[in-house]
Amino acid sequence: MFHIYCPYCEEHREEEEFHPKGQAHIARPEEPEACSDEEWGDYLFFRDNPRGIHHELWVHAVGCRKFFNITRHTVSYAILETYKMGELPRFTAEFPEGSLSEKVTTEAEAMSRQEGVKA
Amino acid sequence: MNQINRLREGGRIDRARTLSFTFNGKRYQGHAGDTLASALLANGVNIVNRSFKYSRPRGIVAAGAEEPNALIQLGGTESAQVPNVRATQQALFDGLTAQSTNGWPNVQRDLMSLVGKLGGRFMPPGFYYKTFMAPASMWMTYEKVIRKGAGLGRSPMERDPDSYDHLNQHCDLLVIGAGPVGLAAALTAARSGTRVILCDEQEEMGGSLLDSRELLDNQPAVQWVERVLDELAQCDNVTLLPRTTANGYHDHHFVTLHERRTEHLGETAPQGAGYRPTRSRMHRVRAGQVLLATGAHERPLVYGSNDVPGNLVAGAVSTYVRRYGVVPGNKLILSTTNDYAYRAALDWLDVGREVVAIVDARQAPDGELVAQARARGIRIIEGAAVLEAKGGNRVSGARIAAIDAEAFKVTGQAETLACDTIASSGGYSPVIHLASHTGARPSWNEESLGFVPSLVRGVHAAGSARGVHDLAEGLADGAAMAEQALEALDRPAGPIALPQVDSLREGAACAFYQVPHEKPTLRGPKQFVDQQNDVTAAAIELATREGFESIEHVKRYTAMGFGTDQGKLGNINGMAIAARCLGKTIPEVGTTVFRPNYTPVTFGAIVGRHCRDLFDPERYTALHQWHVEHGAEFEDVGQWKRPWYFPKTVNGKSETLDEAVARECLAVRQGVGVLDASTLGKIDIQGPDAREFLGRVYTNKWAKLAPGRVRYGLMCKDDGMLMDDGTTSCLGENHFLMTTTTGGAAGVMEWLELWHQTEWPELQVYFTSVTDHWATITVTGPEARKLLSEITDIDLDKEQFKFMDWREGQVADVPARVFRISFTGELAYEINVQANYALHVWTTLFEHGDKYDLTPYGTETMHVLRAEKGLIIAGQDTDGSVTPEDLGMQWAVGYDKPFPWIGKRALSRSDTRRKDRKQLVGLKPKDSAVVLEEGAQIVFDPDHAIPMPMVGHVTSSYYSAILGHGIALAVVKGGHHRIGETVYLPMVDGQVHQAEIVSNVFYDPKGERQHV
Repeated sequence: MFHIYCPYCEEHREEEEFHPKGQAHIARPEEPEACSDEEWGDYLFFRDNPRGIHHELWVHAVGCRKFFNITRHTVSYAILETYKMGELPRFTAEFPEGSLSEKVTTEAEAMSRQEGVKA
Repeated sequence: MNQINRLREGGRIDRARTLSFTFNGKRYQGHAGDTLASALLANGVNIVNRSFKYSRPRGIVAAGAEEPNALIQLGGTESAQVPNVRATQQALFDGLTAQSTNGWPNVQRDLMSLVGKLGGRFMPPGFYYKTFMAPASMWMTYEKVIRKGAGLGRSPMERDPDSYDHLNQHCDLLVIGAGPVGLAAALTAARSGTRVILCDEQEEMGGSLLDSRELLDNQPAVQWVERVLDELAQCDNVTLLPRTTANGYHDHHFVTLHERRTEHLGETAPQGAGYRPTRSRMHRVRAGQVLLATGAHERPLVYGSNDVPGNLVAGAVSTYVRRYGVVPGNKLILSTTNDYAYRAALDWLDVGREVVAIVDARQAPDGELVAQARARGIRIIEGAAVLEAKGGNRVSGARIAAIDAEAFKVTGQAETLACDTIASSGGYSPVIHLASHTGARPSWNEESLGFVPSLVRGVHAAGSARGVHDLAEGLADGAAMAEQALEALDRPAGPIALPQVDSLREGAACAFYQVPHEKPTLRGPKQFVDQQNDVTAAAIELATREGFESIEHVKRYTAMGFGTDQGKLGNINGMAIAARCLGKTIPEVGTTVFRPNYTPVTFGAIVGRHCRDLFDPERYTALHQWHVEHGAEFEDVGQWKRPWYFPKTVNGKSETLDEAVARECLAVRQGVGVLDASTLGKIDIQGPDAREFLGRVYTNKWAKLAPGRVRYGLMCKDDGMLMDDGTTSCLGENHFLMTTTTGGAAGVMEWLELWHQTEWPELQVYFTSVTDHWATITVTGPEARKLLSEITDIDLDKEQFKFMDWREGQVADVPARVFRISFTGELAYEINVQANYALHVWTTLFEHGDKYDLTPYGTETMHVLRAEKGLIIAGQDTDGSVTPEDLGMQWAVGYDKPFPWIGKRALSRSDTRRKDRKQLVGLKPKDSAVVLEEGAQIVFDPDHAIPMPMVGHVTSSYYSAILGHGIALAVVKGGHHRIGETVYLPMVDGQVHQAEIVSNVFYDPKGERQHV
């Protein structure tokens, strides 16, 4: 059972309070009508299944009801970070040890509070 | 009966307290401090079980969790039955009643063993599958007989009188195992002030020190144990959990600990002063760091007939002698690969029994224990091993010969020595089960000749659990690993003074697992690898010959390491044998995966309080008590209890479901009925963008819905498939009330939040679940207006308060919202009042309703009435593959809305445009007495060869009292263009029903009745 840090409640809570909602960062096409059937099918049905770092959407269903993202390692199940909607992950397949690029420096600071998230 | 093997002194038992117990119907005596196993050995009971497959007599082999044979059925009464208890782990209590798990008619004289004797050679792995393969239909019959012969315990048939608890625990450091290593670790952590939990599966903490020969600080080791436990018990930051097994290591350091609180006192929890304690607890521990001090299991050697009672692992001999004051025989032969096992012979000699010989697989062993044994005159046979045990129900001798372990060959002439006990040791396997649960694959350590755990972050192993077997090194390792864990927690360690150990220098052990025999493995006497599952070396060899190369496949083919055993004693030997047969090394073969639970956990502890009434929450409406008092039968809808129907007593007989529903239906169609619809999901939606938001999540238009108006809406997923439906009312320009299906309420709420939070956070809109705040009472039928007008100040004039309007006012003198919506097709008002006023409004309705014969109706009648009108129930008539167009509800789809609402794009996919999609239609059975089965498959041509092409199925079906025939809703391929055609429904019993495809609106097709 996962131990998940809710970035809104700023607390670790048990997995029982959360629901997983699939892969994170799947944006709905701005103009669905402009998509081909294939593109629309990709958006609807096709998801990554990586061995390694994976970004997931979760909701604190019986807590604050907020949706947020988790970066999780699919082999070790270690949760590397959790971050609010609209923020960018620090740990990615490209930067598995964590990136500190300009874009995410400010978020990274917030993330560092959550060191304990790492299993 | 005498305790013939009980020593006059020594051990940790209390000889002043004698306990009686019954095993297989016979009464025996033991002492406080005994396990059932030690008490049985004390009484000279050789055979404790019959083996799983061959029904061979089996005795006690080990002294702990790794015991493969002594599985017993515990319990003197039916409700207290516990299967598969290891006698080695069951503390003796007065009155304990147990019997062998296997053996018919009894273990001493077992008829099934004839099968083993006659058929043993003919029962290779896969025997049952190969032999009882045909005909397939007979397997169920074979299986019953086989199970009777090969069962593993039984569950109680009566209700468990005990209760169980779950405890959620948090700690900085969880130390698993309270042997020397765990104690050193816990003490180190305790002095740092961190929150520590120390658990141990045994009756007493202390582990190997409880039967150790070593002195700590020049005193018996148990004195150090007592001092450490005293100190730990004084620490507020330390929780000690004896009799507590860490059974599963789950994600993120979530460890389940099973604490047995009363199992050592009686077969049910004893009555306390005014309360009855829980029998056991499941501690759900979330730990910061975990230290595994789980020790090691000694590996027996694999030799011929090594399962005859009297064959034990060497360490168990020491444990029985030194801890329990029991010497399980008279004449011992020890077969070993290492120095440490020599302790068994020395302990045996110390209590005045005869050691016939020590057979050492090594050439010229030279450790200090070897020297001690030699000095005491024990015959040591070097470069040799026990090839085969002699004897039937008890060891009577051992055949011994020189061997070449490398070449797997017997090199010398065998001699047979008389003895009654053979102790063997092939080395020590770290207990890596918990580390394996985390998914980390263990690695082979050539130095300690065992698999050592790989560790994920935050997990530490110390001492024997990672191959550090020496006592002094283990103590230091325990402290060091605790310091490492504390460092990760950023807590300074409190240094501890480790006790002085007089370590004896040990010579190197040799890698030796299966003992060769003069005959090939497949022809020699059976060499058991896994005694619990009756897996032999020959079976593993055969499996590799038949092409099973992966150790995981060998495991499944032979059943090695299955069941409650989980490979504790035999797995490494099995891997070594597979490696030999495949010409590989052990690390190349690798290990199988150990899974939770480490030892069986009773279901009581797993469910805790979540059973019976508390298994799943039940939700009641505010009117529940009234329904109960008026004889309602209830139906479960999600977690809700809803009245299903209200049977009346007619001529002293209670109505059947059909009779009651027919009466309730006619009452609504011809008079007035009332339904408790409070369970409908209700979501209050507010904000300047509420209207825009509704337009995006519903398929139809919301831009022009005025305050005071109500609209029915369809909700799709973005794949275009219907997800839920319901009405939404405009309460104000920026304020709406959405209703959902009873079962869909929570899902719809989360769905709305999902879209708002992840896609359209710029919209100002807020959602609040108000399902429980409002009670909903539906008054429906031609007389509904007359009845309601008696108790409300709302103007019910049909021009003032139209169909799909809502009005606010007083009903029965309480504030109410009344919605003129209809799920029956009749004139209908849905009265919403604050939930705590519901009973008052409901009873007021009945006070005025007598003259209209006001009839309460339940969900069944509600279903029939809506089906007569062709109204769908999302989730019954739809299944996630049905679009609004499939339902013929294009009228509720706003194709020209400006925003690309959820589901719109998918409706123009090639698949959703297919002409032969399954579409919702009505079915009218040709025989008016027939009510079709829900779920029945539909075909166009009943004469088609089987398998017939199936073109749809019945989704709802009822008898319509008002129409006088059966009606059904169904989905049929291209059904909208097949009105008037005949379809066929072949049933399991051979009947074929005929039905005509009709409109799904059976009653009042113009919809006039709800507008009156």
